[in-house]
Amino acid sequence: MKYVDEFRDSHLASHLAEAIAQLNPEQPLKLMEVCGGHTHTIYKHGIEDILPPTIDLVHGPGCPVCVLPMGRIDDAIALAHTDGVIFTTFGDMMRVPGSNGSLLDARAQGADVRFVYSPLDALKVAQQNPERQVIFFAIGFETTAPSTAVTLLRAQAEQIRNFSIFCNHITVVPPIKAILDSPDLRLDGFVGPGHVSMVIGLQPYEFIARDYHKPVVISGFEPLDIIQSVYMIVKQISEGRSAVENQYIRVVRPEGNVKALQAMDRTMELRPTFEWRGLGSIPYSALKLRPAYKAWDAEERFAVPGIRVADPTACQCGEVLKGAIKPWECRVFGTACTPETPIGTCMVSSEGACAAYYNFGRFSMAGERARLRVLNSEATKQ
Amino acid sequence: MESRRTSPGTNPDQVLAKIERVRQARRQKFYLRDERITLSHGSGGKATHNLIEGIFAPAFSNPLLDRMDDAAVFLAGIANETAQNAPRMAFTTDTYVVSPLFFPGGDIGKLAVHGTINDLAMAGAEPLYLSAGFILEEGFAVADLRRIVSSMAEAARNAGVAIVTGDTKVVQRGKGDGIFINTAGVGLVRAPGMIGQNQLRPGDKILLSGPIGDHGIAIMLAREGLELESEIKSDSAPLHTLVASLLDVAGEGLHCLKDPTRGGVATSLNEMALASEVVIMLDEAAIPVRTEVRGACEILGLDPLTIANEGKLIAIVSPDVADAALAAMRAHPLGHEAALIGSVQAEPASMVFMQTDIGGKRVLDMLVGDPLPRIC
Repeated sequence: MKYVDEFRDSHLASHLAEAIAQLNPEQPLKLMEVCGGHTHTIYKHGIEDILPPTIDLVHGPGCPVCVLPMGRIDDAIALAHTDGVIFTTFGDMMRVPGSNGSLLDARAQGADVRFVYSPLDALKVAQQNPERQVIFFAIGFETTAPSTAVTLLRAQAEQIRNFSIFCNHITVVPPIKAILDSPDLRLDGFVGPGHVSMVIGLQPYEFIARDYHKPVVISGFEPLDIIQSVYMIVKQISEGRSAVENQYIRVVRPEGNVKALQAMDRTMELRPTFEWRGLGSIPYSALKLRPAYKAWDAEERFAVPGIRVADPTACQCGEVLKGAIKPWECRVFGTACTPETPIGTCMVSSEGACAAYYNFGRFSMAGERARLRVLNSEATKQ
Repeated sequence: MESRRTSPGTNPDQVLAKIERVRQARRQKFYLRDERITLSHGSGGKATHNLIEGIFAPAFSNPLLDRMDDAAVFLAGIANETAQNAPRMAFTTDTYVVSPLFFPGGDIGKLAVHGTINDLAMAGAEPLYLSAGFILEEGFAVADLRRIVSSMAEAARNAGVAIVTGDTKVVQRGKGDGIFINTAGVGLVRAPGMIGQNQLRPGDKILLSGPIGDHGIAIMLAREGLELESEIKSDSAPLHTLVASLLDVAGEGLHCLKDPTRGGVATSLNEMALASEVVIMLDEAAIPVRTEVRGACEILGLDPLTIANEGKLIAIVSPDVADAALAAMRAHPLGHEAALIGSVQAEPASMVFMQTDIGGKRVLDMLVGDPLPRIC
């Protein structure tokens, strides 16, 4: 298949892996892939098996489903149960557990929850059901925020009044900064998010290279994209450089997508603070609708409980999202917490590190042993 | 390494112990923990297993049911130990609730005939007779019913089976989705050896009769809201003649047959690995998938291995007959794109692994819940 197969060539992959090993034969490196899409690719294709054992990929907070706190899920379920409401959502969100069940459970109890592929589909549902109120559960980073913005502009232009948005859009840079400032973790570089950067461009990451002296390489989502990005990071490290580089040039422009940014800016503004699962409240890290769009803001139009709910104590999603532990190191991973009975969000979304590890994870003990040997020898040196 | 205090840490023994605990947990029995039925319970994946093992299996338990194969196989006549020459019969049932009722490559009626024929065929049986039960909703168009029934008649005629008994019920408007069809079938077992999902042995080869995912993707694209144009058609087809040609060459070397319907190839293979306590190793590059299906899966974030098929089978055969069995499949019109996709090994039991396209390795698990497209 064109544009896919050429990025999954096993010979090229092993050549690149050799080149990485030659650049960095000994030093263990911890690289964080920020985006959940990357985590998914890494496990789905077994990339860790191909990379030299000195490279440790740590999974970051870039899965929008995973970082949504339980309280917001409860709010969504309350909205879904509101009389006369059709609640529309991306498929991923259906199984995410709130403090009392998921949207899938809400549907089984009689709520009209439907899944859609885009916010424009949700708007269509509103047009087809003029007697009902249709709410769209907007989630995601700057990747999906523009399509919410465009939908909102259309709803305004066509004066569709039975449509509103429950806005949970978040921004990618603040959590990266929170992780960089956290004492928990020593990272050597970042595999930067591709789809988000298509919208925001390269400039927002400059501070990582400038102030924290860590290389950032914006990466595509195919296996070879990721392996090449790792190569580019390792090369920077071996040359003693730190810069923001773009591996995903076929999609990401340095300036991003100006029109998308404008649509977002017209319709949304930063929230003073927003709670992230596991990471706590991060200032200016999420978006809400501007007051001019109050008529389409579900939080303004409907009663939303808005209660902060503590994460389940057994769940270590927070540490997984910060990259402080690997999914299988969590106390409940794979035993009490599985994709069918998830305790934490990381086990639900296909982009969640835990689900990716559980579904595709390398239980090949040989590979695990080799990696552990390297990490241990490093620990003894320290 | 301070941050790893709360976890098993990087002590290899502890980590390997944790991995082993997870592996054991994955092999545990299925339990039904839910308070209400959700759509996931009908997806054919893990939730369906939880429902079956949690409610139906313990309540109805008996030696025939407990094998959990696609069809029950029993001796005709009075079952006694001297009846060695008594013919073995296969008996199965299935219910069809597909939406939309008409889709590229088929309709609910054709599916209801082929699906039950295939369940019999997967027991190594020659299908003989079917029943047909209809639940119709008040207001359903008679023209549509006529079309569905004539499609069933045609499918049965083409497959050489007769629909010999039936039933009809009508429910109030709003209490059904137009039409639901149940079919049951009986057949005569032709397979000389034991066929079943608990019959896999290390060394066996895994054959797949053709490209996967066509049916599920055709249905998904035919549903409202997905504006993807494609030529993908359901692969709905009766597989009993393909099974007959396999049996001709493989004989007792044929250990298991399964048609990977709901839950797809991934779920079928996991069922076998669990029942036979073996590990299945697949080669991703060898698994045939049409370009259009792969494309749709890439766009929707789905895995073709968990998508339903209605005209494909997986055959597990002993290594000595593998080449002949593959050749026989390829010589049949329903198997000309058949492929050898993997093999059976002993350890670590009850798992399915896959060598990925770029040369890595991953676990292939059952489908969990409905295949829901991811967001970005």
